[in-house]
Amino acid sequence: MYRYDEFDHQFVSERTAQFRDQAERRLKGELTEDEFRPLRLMNGLYLQLHAYMLRVAIPYGTLSSRQMRRLALIAEKYDKGYGHFTTRQNIQYNWIKLEDTADILQALAEVEMHAIQTSGNCIRNVTTDHWAGAAADEIGDPRPVGELLRQWSSLHPEFSFLPRKFKIAVTGAPHDRAAVRVHDIGLRLHKNDKAERGWEVFVGGGLGRTPIVGVSVREFLPEHEIISYLEAIMRVYNLHGRRDNKYKARIKILVHELGAEKFKAEVETEYARKPRQTTEVEERELKRIAAYFAPPQFEKLPRWSAAFEEAKIKQPDFARWSRNNLAAHHTDGYTIVNISLKPEGGIPGDATADQMRLMADLAERYAHDELRVSHAQNVVLPHVKKDDAFTIWQALESAGLAAANYGLAGDIIACPGLDYCALATARSIPISQSISRKFASLDVQEDIGPLKINISGCINACGHHHVGHIGILGLDKKGEEFYQITLGGSSAENSSIGTIVGPGFAGEDVADAIGTILDTYRGLREPGETFLAAYRRLGAKPFKEALYAPA
Amino acid sequence: MPLLKNNVLISDTWGHLGTDDVMPASGDIVAPFARLLKEWEALSAHPGKLGVSVGNVDRAEVLGTFLPRLSLVILPFPAFNDGRAYSIARQIREFGFKGELRATGNVLLDQMQFMLQVGFDAFEIDERFPLDMWQKASRQMSLAYQRGLYRRSSEAEVWTERHTDAEPWSEQPHAG
Repeated sequence: MYRYDEFDHQFVSERTAQFRDQAERRLKGELTEDEFRPLRLMNGLYLQLHAYMLRVAIPYGTLSSRQMRRLALIAEKYDKGYGHFTTRQNIQYNWIKLEDTADILQALAEVEMHAIQTSGNCIRNVTTDHWAGAAADEIGDPRPVGELLRQWSSLHPEFSFLPRKFKIAVTGAPHDRAAVRVHDIGLRLHKNDKAERGWEVFVGGGLGRTPIVGVSVREFLPEHEIISYLEAIMRVYNLHGRRDNKYKARIKILVHELGAEKFKAEVETEYARKPRQTTEVEERELKRIAAYFAPPQFEKLPRWSAAFEEAKIKQPDFARWSRNNLAAHHTDGYTIVNISLKPEGGIPGDATADQMRLMADLAERYAHDELRVSHAQNVVLPHVKKDDAFTIWQALESAGLAAANYGLAGDIIACPGLDYCALATARSIPISQSISRKFASLDVQEDIGPLKINISGCINACGHHHVGHIGILGLDKKGEEFYQITLGGSSAENSSIGTIVGPGFAGEDVADAIGTILDTYRGLREPGETFLAAYRRLGAKPFKEALYAPA
Repeated sequence: MPLLKNNVLISDTWGHLGTDDVMPASGDIVAPFARLLKEWEALSAHPGKLGVSVGNVDRAEVLGTFLPRLSLVILPFPAFNDGRAYSIARQIREFGFKGELRATGNVLLDQMQFMLQVGFDAFEIDERFPLDMWQKASRQMSLAYQRGLYRRSSEAEVWTERHTDAEPWSEQPHAG
């Protein structure tokens, strides 16, 4: 894992002192709320429906146990004893007081964390594959580039007042778990026929009001050129992105209106013009950073673990959890543990301080001290010996963290919605809870198979409903909440934007509608065919007919 | 409005020419970009120093050919969150402009250091705040990760510091 050196420490502590001064000026009335707003937003502090909300950056989703314990402490001391993991691998606290914020930032800085640029029209926290460094299909760990981008984008003087927010995602594996094609910039690692590493650069993907899959502007960018090239993209966007309408201000609109070819030409012109393209410093910096991400010392173990296999036979619940929540690790004898934060009827992504501490303890004892937050709002222990999986499961079970629904119908992504968010038009959490209860049976969930249900409480799409296999969007119709359902979305390498299936549903009818859709699927699927594959084969028609059939 | 340059308040000695104002016989003059394009010959023959006031939708590459004759470029921030002038300023400096680069409009305390870092060296500032607050605001951070920024000798570029033996990006520019 990356560790701060003296420069990083100094940078974050100066930034904290700066915010303390700004918050004091606000509390003394020397700054108006209008003047303070952009300053607090640059530090991740929102004013929500009931209180301030602080969003803490978890760069590329990676945490140590010490950091996770600090998040638990903050939840306990400054919030109501829990935190909410977000769809951008961050954590947010929903009940924060302004006068505590500088102390919280200080507590974060002590464990090499911050809340810089988790909000505002700037480059946001960089996200990546939550299985980075562990996945069996990985070409290379994307996190060194993630850290390079974190540093480069931190308080970038040229790009802190962009037309709109800006999100970058990085993946190092062919199976895209970072959704790089639906980000403002997406980077995908691959190798050419000489086995050299290069990055494909996607620009202009995004969700929100105008869901678009990004276009590829460079097929094979050498690693050390990433910063220079991204500077050129950012400059074209900063200069020419629309500022007249906030809903047309994302880079996807610029790419769309200019056309991919013209946009690309602008970027290449800017890139060619940059003074002296020496990138030796970037190359060395990347090497320095990469050393921190060297794989841990794995033991030489057989692929087959007797203890693991025996436990599965003795304990069917463990067997089920293993089947659903473990993923293939690149090293024999190891596995990836996905801890579902989606218990039946729970709030997706919420964890209590005690649960955070337990996960931290498990990471420290059994998982090389590493945790990850996934964009599906779960927590991952990336390097676990199969021999230890049963012990871990027992500990998780005792803390209500052993939901065996990873990647299934119960593993729902949902934004905070109208229960917390000032922008929301409808509630998300109760919808998620009702679906989760409807599919409480794990037998049914396993029979349905891999499924992504994503719920957003407004058009801004924080719940990524467009790329859910089943997407649910909460809207407001004359003071009544109603929910639009989309089908066939995907954020993986074969990404697609879901299609609206028909008229919306009242909140209390959503879970039944999802039930109808899934019954239709189960009736029509071919052996082994997933919901997404079946939808792609069948189209919307049978689902429409089932949903809107006259009673 | 007071003018802040090199950390002190100075008086503006430039004559600001409107679109239709008669050109004075002498003295330093600054003209709008449209007029510069239209009356380049007359303006460039002017005996005093010449400056231009551009908008933040003007393209720096068009300005590029005029830069060697210019001693002042004025760039506006129509709103604090309109960041286009940051990129234009940096482009102008990358074209080799060594004269005064002045920020006008919404120049806020907490943004001044960003402006210095991209190459602005003069600021029309709000009289609401005393000079010492501006001076303090201009050095809130002593470090920046990005390379090729303008900075004071007390400010460090993190990546370059970490790799002092690697070839530097360019000669270190200094904020005015």
